[in-house]
Amino acid sequence: MVIECQHVWGYISDYLDSALPENIRLDVQKHLEHCEICSAILDSTRNVIILTADERVFELPGGFSERLHARISLELKGTGIG
Amino acid sequence: MRPRIGILDVAVCNAIGDGTRYREEGTDSVVTMNSQTSTRTEAEMIAAILAGDTQLYHDLIRPHERSVYMMALSFVKNEADAEDIAQEAFLKAFRNLATFRAESKFSTWLISITLNEARSRLRRQTIIRMESLDDPPDEGGVVSPAMLRDWHEIPSEAVERQEIRQMLQEAVISLPTIYRQVFQLRDVEELNVKETAEALGISVPSVKVRLHRARMMLQKQLSPLLKSVNSSPKRRWLPWL
Repeated sequence: MVIECQHVWGYISDYLDSALPENIRLDVQKHLEHCEICSAILDSTRNVIILTADERVFELPGGFSERLHARISLELKGTGIG
Repeated sequence: MRPRIGILDVAVCNAIGDGTRYREEGTDSVVTMNSQTSTRTEAEMIAAILAGDTQLYHDLIRPHERSVYMMALSFVKNEADAEDIAQEAFLKAFRNLATFRAESKFSTWLISITLNEARSRLRRQTIIRMESLDDPPDEGGVVSPAMLRDWHEIPSEAVERQEIRQMLQEAVISLPTIYRQVFQLRDVEELNVKETAEALGISVPSVKVRLHRARMMLQKQLSPLLKSVNSSPKRRWLPWL
């Protein structure tokens, strides 16, 4: 089945997650083979996700771990597990 | 035709503090190792803690510090409040460790505790928010992507540049809370759809819809910016200067 660009955009997330039913996945793939716009949208989406999900984008505040474990140490001294 | 690979085909391997976490291939088990303790699964650690070896709790939570903090931050958008919520969540998890049931993952359970802590904190503080925590905005409608004719891959090393990192941070922070949370759990923490739904207390279809919209919003906002950064003329190298 021939599908249009707007339909492909709606499938991009599931396509990236390999979560599309096989028949739709094949239709999307066929479309991508000849549509440079949708192909670029797909590639940019994948790239953007990988970059934004990178651990270096958001770092833990300095001393976070030390403060957390100091507080937990206090808790461990004071109480047992409920 | 270029091969299309799953975006999550990335090694799950994070070095955090003095502990290293990895997900055993084909399983959901997270194994924690460090220089002091031998290799133990989370389930074994929890059993040991409940049996009285409470110091092990430090090791148990090390691999989860970041995800708990990030989830708190997605609610309050303020580092100090997020840290406070994260600390409370870890303490509550410790106090209630006996109630943890192994049918859910420890990480998912921790996230649920964090979300509850953040929600109750916000209610107590009666923080005025543009969107309700319980009544998400309309999930209908379509987010149109940014139109591109081509895309030149930007390597992960680009994240080391401050300007790029700031661009990415602003885009993620600007996502509405319900989309940011799903993005955080699915794409950053790499929980599967079912685990994400469980942690957030929403349905699997809602997770998929919100994730799709989050990704499209990020693509729409970031692609033009990243493209312009990528295509900016390279500085000429003048060796005599």
